[in-house]
Amino acid sequence: MDAMTSRTLPDDSHRIDVEAVNTPAARKLYKKRVQIYPKLVHGRFRAIKWAAMTVLLGIYYLTPWIRWDRPGAAPDQAVLVDFEGRRFYFFFIELWPQEVYYITGLLILAALGLFLVTALFGRVWCGYACPQTVWTDLYIHVERLIEGDRSARIRLDKAPWTLGKAARKLAKHGLWLLIAAATGGAWVFYFGDAPTLFREIFTGQASPTIYLFVGVFTFTTYTLAGAMREQVCTYMCPWPRIQAALIDNDALSVTYRADRGEPRGAHKKGTSWEGRGDCIDCNQCVAACPQGIDIRMGDQLECINCALCIDACDAVMRRIDRPIGLIAYDSPANVARRRRGERPKVRLVRPRTILYAVLLVAVAALMLTQLVNRQLLSLDVVRDRSPPFVRLADGSVRNNYLIKVINMAPAARTLALRVEGAPHADLASFAHETRDGAILVSARADAVTTLRVHVTAQRGAAAGPRDIAFVLRDPQTGEAIAESPSVFVGGGP
Amino acid sequence: MSASDNEPREIDAHSGQATTGHEWDGVKELDTPLPRWWLYIFYATIVAAVIYWVLMPAWPLVNGYTKGVLNYSDRRIVMENVGALETARAADYARLRDASFDDIIADQSLQEFALAAGEAAFGDNCATCHGAGGAGAPGYPSLADNVWIWGGTLADIEHTITVGVRSGHPQARFSQMPAFGRDGLLAPRQIADVTEYVLSLSEARRRAAPDAAAAARGAIVYAEQCAICHGANAAGDRAQGAPSLVDDIWLYGGSREEVRRQIETGRGGVMPNWDRRFDPGLIRALAVYVYAQGGGEPDAPAPASSATETPAGE
Repeated sequence: MDAMTSRTLPDDSHRIDVEAVNTPAARKLYKKRVQIYPKLVHGRFRAIKWAAMTVLLGIYYLTPWIRWDRPGAAPDQAVLVDFEGRRFYFFFIELWPQEVYYITGLLILAALGLFLVTALFGRVWCGYACPQTVWTDLYIHVERLIEGDRSARIRLDKAPWTLGKAARKLAKHGLWLLIAAATGGAWVFYFGDAPTLFREIFTGQASPTIYLFVGVFTFTTYTLAGAMREQVCTYMCPWPRIQAALIDNDALSVTYRADRGEPRGAHKKGTSWEGRGDCIDCNQCVAACPQGIDIRMGDQLECINCALCIDACDAVMRRIDRPIGLIAYDSPANVARRRRGERPKVRLVRPRTILYAVLLVAVAALMLTQLVNRQLLSLDVVRDRSPPFVRLADGSVRNNYLIKVINMAPAARTLALRVEGAPHADLASFAHETRDGAILVSARADAVTTLRVHVTAQRGAAAGPRDIAFVLRDPQTGEAIAESPSVFVGGGP
Repeated sequence: MSASDNEPREIDAHSGQATTGHEWDGVKELDTPLPRWWLYIFYATIVAAVIYWVLMPAWPLVNGYTKGVLNYSDRRIVMENVGALETARAADYARLRDASFDDIIADQSLQEFALAAGEAAFGDNCATCHGAGGAGAPGYPSLADNVWIWGGTLADIEHTITVGVRSGHPQARFSQMPAFGRDGLLAPRQIADVTEYVLSLSEARRRAAPDAAAAARGAIVYAEQCAICHGANAAGDRAQGAPSLVDDIWLYGGSREEVRRQIETGRGGVMPNWDRRFDPGLIRALAVYVYAQGGGEPDAPAPASSATETPAGE
């Protein structure tokens, strides 16, 4: 009847009274949630999931606390999105706002990576790495610690309200809220100095925005992982719909090997296995499922491929001395092959996976090249448009420009600014000296240095715009470091 | 609403819903209740409105309005914020006021502060007449070129901003060109001759092609009437605010007609003395900004600079 009895009775009475609450037949546009009580399983995939959860939560909670020594006034936090200073720090990388395309590239990489693993192994992202899965798993673990396993939880929910029940519920929700608050708290640490923010949050000195975001993420974590769980996957997430386009008949995913399991039926110890399948219809796979589905109905959008049903089934198979793997990572093509009497094979290399892999490598290579060859110094020129030009006393014509020297390196640098492409034009700046037609600019470290310059052409300069270029050169070697095109507008005669 | 409160209500067979009892040519209205969630939010907004009346300024009265128990005032908050901003900037303006111009040019951060503050103040107060970027307009001198009526060093510019031109300030820059035509000081014929002469002095001659004979006659009139301010060589005199006539930069336009009209009427514009409105630090920032437009003159023993040594702003 429940977990306890099924464990004590060795082989013939495993059947659990459970129905899949989440089935294609029962699915409406929206259905009121039916509480699911996933049963704890032990096995290979449960172990992998524990490990993945530990690593991923560890990364999430601890990353903001990693320190990374940077020169000057730059923050010492290894990973920091600094909105105020308009910088993104990631260990040795420091990005400026105009380099936001690296984030785009990263998102493209993530998407391609997701396509590739989905084409290879189905929804491993959903099953092991998705925050919704990880936090739900954690919440279910907490629930299990306080209220017991599946049958105990069902009993507790059915029982009338007592002080003990209230205490357990209170403890559970309290712990959930604590985890949720820690989740929201860790989120804001990515956007400010973690130790400072930590102190400010607890002394009430943090800004209202901080408390707002902690509150929002506390609320969403508590609601999504505590109350909504599998509904997020079924109703809110687009990924289950998209995956249909990425999975083909050869993609590995959690599969009930119907060819081996059917016809299913209860099995008494000592009776023959002739003429029947290995599935003893014990429903352990359904009881273990956090999504409330019956994997034996085939691949379905509610299934997150967490593989807990594999562990549940393998345990049963071992007890009844049948080979494990009645539910396993397998493909629909293999099920069909075995039905035809052919040998199953795993085809990881397919046109689809090759394409995804090639794209992934290409984009990664492109981004890496870009990152390695990243120019740490660039030049931006804004021409004054009001007035478009100024006529001087001697009849010469002057244009004004705002020069921005963007130095993303952590060291200051002196460079020679020159205007090229305009013969007989003088370069001057009110605050700098011009020597041999060049202005020495000291570009401050990790900052934009601006200066106004004036380009003057002698009387008789041709009317209409002329193309010119501002060039920054190394004062010693003369090597061009950065260049920016602009125009010079002459006033005509 | 309906008189059928005591009677059993008619139930619509198709939907199973009660009707309101109203009927129009056989069309009956279903008595569909408001959705509960909508109704409760509606009630909540009413409650919230009453709470708002109590807490916040809400109702207009004959001589004012209800203040609310929180004593909230947008105006007061804005004034506080403005005050806080001014306090925060006071130190920078004090630095600006006390620093020499050389210090401001040499100190990158102070220079950037001066340029930013100057640009903002220029856009709000000066660009109306002088144009964005100091482009100038007829009657309003360009501040971007290198032609200055009252001098173009930083100190000269600062002094002009402080005291204004013909502003009524005791130290104001002041010059007055006679209205030779309107006041009958010169005959129309003489004015025409002087016009030709003035046009022959600068590159304007390439446009205007002045009559040589008339210019020669005009030169004599010029020497008698104009040279005293504009100089015998027509290079102008900053001490008197007399512009140069040998460059091709014209305050009131350089065509024959425009030059003649200026000799006839002797126009002179007014610039306010900004010490009434601006902190000396901000005036200094404005001077740096105007200087940086490109026409500023390097510090020289300028005749006007001695006057600027006196602290402005009284």
